[in-house]
Formats: sequence, C-alpha cells, structure tokens
Amino acid sequence: MPDYILEMRSITKSFPGVKALADVTFSAQRGEVHAICGENGAGKSTLMKVLSGVYPHGSYGGEILFEGEPCEFSGIRDSERAGIVIIHQELALVPHLSIAENIFLGNERRGRGGLIDWHKTQAEAAELLKAVGLNEEPTTQVGQLGVGKQQLVEIAKALAKDVKLLILDEPTAALNDNDSAHLLDLVRQLQARGITSIIISHKLNEIEATANRTTVIRDGQTVETLDMEAPDVNVDRIVRSMVGRDLESFYPERTPTPGKVVLEVRDWTVRHPQQDRLVVDGASFEVRAGEVVGIAGLMGAGRTELAMSVFGRSYGRFISGQTLMHGKPVAPRTVAEAIGRGLAYVTEDRKQLGLNLLDTITRNISGAALPNLAKWGFVDANLEAKLARHSMDSMRIKAPSVQSVVGKLSGGNQQKVVLSKWLLTGPDVLIIDEPTRGIDVGAKFEIYTLINEFVESGKAVVVISSDLLELLGTCDRIYALSGGRITGEFPASEANEEKLMTLMTKEKEAIG
Amino acid sequence: MTVTAPRGPMGAIAPPPEKNGLGELRLAMTHNLRTSGIYVALVALVALFALITGGASLSAGNVTNIVLQYSYILVLAIGMVIVIIAGHIDLSVGSVVALTGAISAITVIKYDMPWWVGVLAALATGLLIGAWHGFWVAYVGIPAFIVTLAGMLLFRGLTLFVLDNVSLSPFPDEYGVIASGFINGWLGGYGYDVFTLVVFALGVVGFAVSQYRSRKARMGYHQPVPPLSLFALKILAVGVLVMAFAWKLASARGLPVVLIMLAVLIMAYTVMMQHTVFGRQIYAIGGNLAAASLSGVKVRAVNFWIFVNMGLLSAVAGIVFSSRTNGAQPGAGNMFELDAIAAAFIGGAAVTGGVGKVVGAMAGGLIMAVMSNGMQLMGIDQSLQSVVKGLVLLLAVAFDIWNKRRAGAH
Ligand SMILES: Nc1ncnc2c1ncn2[C@@H]1O[C@H](COP(=O)(O)OP(=O)(O)OP(=O)(O)O)[C@@H](O)[C@H]1O
Ligand SMILES: [Mg+2]
Repeated sequence: MPDYILEMRSITKSFPGVKALADVTFSAQRGEVHAICGENGAGKSTLMKVLSGVYPHGSYGGEILFEGEPCEFSGIRDSERAGIVIIHQELALVPHLSIAENIFLGNERRGRGGLIDWHKTQAEAAELLKAVGLNEEPTTQVGQLGVGKQQLVEIAKALAKDVKLLILDEPTAALNDNDSAHLLDLVRQLQARGITSIIISHKLNEIEATANRTTVIRDGQTVETLDMEAPDVNVDRIVRSMVGRDLESFYPERTPTPGKVVLEVRDWTVRHPQQDRLVVDGASFEVRAGEVVGIAGLMGAGRTELAMSVFGRSYGRFISGQTLMHGKPVAPRTVAEAIGRGLAYVTEDRKQLGLNLLDTITRNISGAALPNLAKWGFVDANLEAKLARHSMDSMRIKAPSVQSVVGKLSGGNQQKVVLSKWLLTGPDVLIIDEPTRGIDVGAKFEIYTLINEFVESGKAVVVISSDLLELLGTCDRIYALSGGRITGEFPASEANEEKLMTLMTKEKEAIG
Repeated sequence: MTVTAPRGPMGAIAPPPEKNGLGELRLAMTHNLRTSGIYVALVALVALFALITGGASLSAGNVTNIVLQYSYILVLAIGMVIVIIAGHIDLSVGSVVALTGAISAITVIKYDMPWWVGVLAALATGLLIGAWHGFWVAYVGIPAFIVTLAGMLLFRGLTLFVLDNVSLSPFPDEYGVIASGFINGWLGGYGYDVFTLVVFALGVVGFAVSQYRSRKARMGYHQPVPPLSLFALKILAVGVLVMAFAWKLASARGLPVVLIMLAVLIMAYTVMMQHTVFGRQIYAIGGNLAAASLSGVKVRAVNFWIFVNMGLLSAVAGIVFSSRTNGAQPGAGNMFELDAIAAAFIGGAAVTGGVGKVVGAMAGGLIMAVMSNGMQLMGIDQSLQSVVKGLVLLLAVAFDIWNKRRAGAH
C-alpha cells in the first residue's frame, strides 16, 4: 500500500459557461515528483488552485485528503499552514522589494515588540538562497534578476514556509535550457530532503527526465497515471494519452521555396532606452518570401530588442541602420506605420504586452486591424464579429463564445488569440517571439502548421525562440545572436544544437 | 492593405469548439444581472424616497427639478467616465466649470456681447484648458492626477482673478433658456404636453428596435442572448419607467432644453465609445497600455484628445451651470469633480481603467442626484447628507467588487 500524502477524489469545478474540471482523481505519493500533463485548458492550473485554496472549499465539488486528513481550505493561507505551497504560472514577486523581503513576504521574521527582525531576515534569506543555489545578495532587488533567478527566489520563498508539498505550475516555460536544468536539479534535491513536488509542464522531455509518475488530464478528466519507470513509458506515450491519438511528428513537413527578399535589415544598431550601451550592434539579416527564418540567442542577447526596434521603433533609442521591404527602403517610425507596411510582431509576453485581458476575444482579435475594419472611424461590427468567429473556429480557440473575456482563457488559447490578432492585419512579414511558450504539443503542431500555411502563401516569418529544437524543426535558415551581434548564419539543414550554442555564446570580437 | 481572414489548417478536419447551451444561458443571465444591477438599484432608490417622502419626491415639479439641477453633473460624468476608462482621472473639472462660466459671464455681461459669443468663448476656453492638460499628460508623461490637481488650483485661481473676486450677474434672458428653458405646447395638450410624450415614445420605440436588432445580430453569430421573455420584460420595464418619467415632465413644464442636450450627448458619446475606432482604442489603452501601443494605437494622441474632450464637456457644464445660476461666482463648481468621479465609479467604471460605460455613469450620477434630492426634501442636514453619499459610494464599489469576485470564483 503506497503512502499517499495527497488524495483528490472526483474533483469538479465550474465557471460560468465552462466546466473546467468534470471529474478529476489524483493522488501523490510521499516524496515523489509527480507531473501533470494535458492540453491547454485541460484544467491543470484549476486543479492546483482548488488544491491550494485559491478556490475556497465549497466552490468546487469532491474531496481532498492531505496527510490523511480531509481539507477544507478557505484560502491560500490555510493550505500554506498545512504545508502546501503553490508557485503560480505567473510569478508573484514584488519587483521593487529585495530578495529577502520577498522571501518572507507575509511570513515576516519578527523580533521584539512584533517588529521585523532584519538581521534574522537577512541571515535566513542567505541560507535559503544557498539551499536553492542562487548566488545573489539577499538585499538585491528582485526586479533586477532574470526570470530564471526569480523562479529560484520563489522556491526559496516556499522553503521558508516549511513546505511539504510544492506545486510548480509551468516553472520552466520562460526559462532557457540552462536555467531549466538547474531548476529541475533543485527539485530533485528537494525530493532527497523528503519534499513532494507536483510539476505542471508542457516540456515533455523535462517531465520524462524528472518525474516519477505522470498524471494526464484531458477536458477536465483524469485520463490515466503513468509510472515513468515502466519500460514503455516515454514522451510519445504521454502525448498519445494527452491528445487521444498518435502524433507522427512534432513538426509538420514543408518544402521550402524561398522567393524574393521581403524584409532586409542592414547595420541595425540600437541603444538601451536608459543605459548607455548598445543592445543591438550592427545586425544585418534578410527574410525571403516563403521562408521561415529563425533567430537564436540566449536571454539578453538582444533578440526581442532587435525585433521590437524594427517593428516601428517600439524599443530603444538612437536607432540607426536601414530597413528595406520588397527592396525599397522604408523607415516605420511608429507601430501603426509598421503595421501599414505589412509588419506584424507577436510579443513573447502575451499577458503584459499582447492582450487586453479585460476585454473580449472579438475585441482582442480585431485590436490591431481596427482601422481596416472601420469606415469613417466607425467600426463595422458585423464584419468584426464574423472575422473573430472565423479565427476562433479555424484556430480552434476553446472558449464559451467570442464574447468571452480573454483573461479567463487558458494560456494556449490566449496565445492563439494573439496570433489571430496579428494574422488579421494581413502582414507580409510575421515576427513571432517565442511562438509556443506555455503551449501544449497539439497546439504547438497547429501553430507550426499555421506558420507553414502562412509562408506557403508567399509570406515570410521570423521566429525568435529559446527552444533550439523548435528553431531547428521549423526554420529554413537560422541566425545566431550574441551580445547584440549576429555571430553566424546556417541553413537549418546544416545546423545543430551544438553549432548554434557555440555561436550563441560567442563573445564579442574586436571590430576588425 | 486588405484584411484577410486567417485560414487554419484544422478548420476542415476539426470539429468546431464545443458549445454548451445551458452554460451559455446561465452566463447570459449572470451577465445580465450584473450589468443591470445598478439600474435596479436606481429604481429601488427612487421607490424608497417616494415612500419616505409620501410621494413628494415623485411630484412633477420635483422630477423636473432633479433634471435641471443635476444636468451639469451628468455632462461632467460623461467626460469623466471616458477619462477613467483610459486609466486617468481629472480633478480639475470643478475649477474649469467656474472659469468657463466666468469667461462667458465676462463676455456677455461685462462686454455686452450677444449670448452666443459667450457660449463660444466658454467652449474655446474649455478646449484650451483640455489641450493644456492633454499636453502635460500625453506628451510630457506626467500622471493625470498631478496635472489636474495643479489644474484645479490653477484654474480656480484664474477664476478668482478674472472675476476680481466678485460675482457677476445677471445674464440676459436668452442665456437663461439653456438651463431653464422648456419646449412646451408644440402639439398642444390638456394639462400635459403632448410633444414631450411623443418625443419620449419615439425614444422608447427606437430603443426597443435597436435592442431587438442587436439581439438578432448576436443570435446570427451564435452568441448568447437572454431568452425572448426576459428580453421583452426588460424592454417593457424600461418603456414603462421612461414613459412614467415623461408623463411627469409633460404634466409640469414640458421638455427641458438641457434634457435634449443631455440626451444628444449621451447618445453621441455612447456611439463613440462602442462603435468608433477612437472609442475602442480608449478601452484598449485603459485595459493594457503596453499591448495597445504595440498594436499600433497612437497612445499619446488618444490621451491628448481625451483631455481635450473633458475640457470641452467641462465648458458645456460651465455654461449650463452659469445659465442656471444666472451669473458667475468665484466659488462655482466647487467639488463637482468629486460628484462626477463618484458617478463614474458607482456606474461600474474600474479604478484601474479599461472598464466602464457612459450609460453606467449616467445611472451612477442619477443615483447621487436622487439621493441628494430626496434627502433635501426630507430636510436632512447637509452634514448627514455628505456622510450618506460617502457611504453609498463606498458600498456601491464594494458591491461591484464582491459581485465580480463571485462571478469569478463560482
Ligand atoms: N476564472 C475563470 N473563469 C472562467 N473560466 C476559467 C477561469 N479559469 C479557468 N477557466 C477555464 O477553465 C478551463 C481550464 O483552465 P486552466 O487554466 O486550468 O487550464 P490549464 O490546463 O492550466 O491550461 P494551460 O496549459 O493553457 O495553462 C479553461 O477552459 C479556462 O478557460
Ligand atoms: Mg495553466
């Protein structure tokens, strides 16, 4: 008889118009790393929010047993007291506070008279930072850390609360390979200390490498729990269980037929908006019709900055260089002009930069193309609704209706809304920054197919991604970017992970 | 550039997203209840005061009086809710009401110009002030709270300066028509004005037709609609209430000129906010500034014009107020900004921007108006009135938040 630290039985949870959890049964053994997989909108995050008291007892159906005791959490504080800590899909740190302050936020170390004991706070924070392998001063502001380090701070924060069950909702979605590896290592170390972890992830090879068992959820129901040590369990097996059928490949086939150059960027140089340094340094690249071009680079290499500065100078100062579209020099100085020239840029951060989470699917989809849907400044509501409906069907956006509020959609569906929005502007060149961050395998395939269709109609795509396999799988040509400079270029057929990595980590050479 | 619909490869093979009829209906019901809560509250409040004052609050004279007395707050609330949707605030409108009224009074009373020159001068002043605020907010990037706080002091000071610290009155009779004029007897009537009733009846029919059309359109796109019975009930209730209101006006002095102006403004601004690119961009900016600017919205220009518009509407309110008080006073419009802001928030606007409606703000403004008026009729002390209004604002917003949370964590 296995020793279950957690049992969730027949959990149901509805939102107005959606049944997010229809019947989920889930249990975690003490000391294991248990992965949860499922398509976007399957109900993974909702299940964990039920468990951690974000949705209080009474707002869901079913039964939860933690350490054998029935749980009736009315809030996240209750679950934390019991030893369950959740690290949400969206990080919840306060950027202007120090690492130490963040770690003990809501859990302050007090001294005499109830005042905060700063010495104790700093000392304990330093210890926790050592435990998670983060080499930073406790007094450093969290906002100055990269996402990878912020994740570690979140874990330190969880450790400060005497965690028994740690829930990580897509912890590595925004991390590069190195940071991900470090984080997963840490999870294994915690396991050695007896801490049980639940990890939600769409990166299935990470799950294969880390988890002891994996539960697959589909449409709000448990499909099965797989023992990862069993001989026939691998990524393909999980995928089959997630999507209900075999997926022949992760990347759809396409025969490249490059045509004329659509977008050419020459000697592009961009300064940081506040600091006195170059973020992009003399970068040149070109994209042809019918071609998918990749840009590989580590975090901070200037990938996003390069794209945004080309896209109507929406980033940086003192931009110099030339952009040519269809061979003619153009210099879009505003985003509106860039859109008018046929450029589109899908941001990497859909929540902060891509969507109006308060508004409906329709209005988000029409957001960038609005002037084209209007006559004399009046929006043609019929046309707008028709196009939105069409996008929703063809992109298979899962939502109760086109009038659903975007903030309530799952991550993958939000990404499809952003893509729909930009396709609606009818671009010639579509720049996509991290096209599949936090997106399930099935939807990834759909998005790649969509990219292929788009280039097959004679358009061009630029893909920026931290996932080298994604670049190798989707692109015809790949540029490597390091320290704001293009350090190399490969046809995808000649590239591989090592070659790219070498170029991506190449130090700046002296200008020769 | 042409608009192309995105084509998905899966459209053909994949089934359309699953739809759950019952769920959609429930969604529609909760949605309906939530958005109409404020109107129900308004009706309940009217009934409450009618009961307490033994019907005095519903007398024809008093109903007309409410319209005349609070019209300028409603005009301000239109501009204010737009400012708030965009994620800003305007603390200066009271002072701008005073200054524009003063400019008008000086032009007409001191310099003996015709009344319409005064009106134009006031409007021009309002536009200039709006452009001033817009410049600092949109192009320099100073938060509106600061800019308009400065404006509040600045324009109050200028009012005192141009008026030399004394009141100026009276206006010629034509000027008074703006705030206190009536259209009466155009179609005759026996103790009641037929024209007023006809205008309102047409309005109700127009409302019903447009609601029915939008319902049809929604159904055409398979969007959730309330059941026909609920829909008919809603139209009927609105019709009865509006006609009762019209009857009161008709049996008093007829159709107030300011009410016509107000109706035109409400309709025009509702259309602007819902159906024009400009209006939609205001919601986009308030909802997510960064996303809006990366979608090609000219954020600065939109912010600038929002404040220009607020200046213009403040001038309109200034004209109506000076007309109603038949002169300009150094202290005119004091605290109007707070009434306008309260109206917007009671009407469902979100403090963080991105959410709100012009009609909502009108309902919010009427709630404040009915309350003040009712308490005045009851002879309640000014101090207690202020306490009650403050509590109502707080509770209204608290209720709204509670309501949203309940809808979220079902
Ligand atoms: N607050 C809410 N209101 C309404 N619907 C919601 C809400 N939260 C989630 N949903 C819906 O519940 C379903 C499950 O969402 P959930 O966030 O749990 O998915 P997920 O499995 O975590 O997906 P992803 O991999 O994209 O993060 C989705 O259809 C989503 O639209
Ligand atoms: Mg999720």
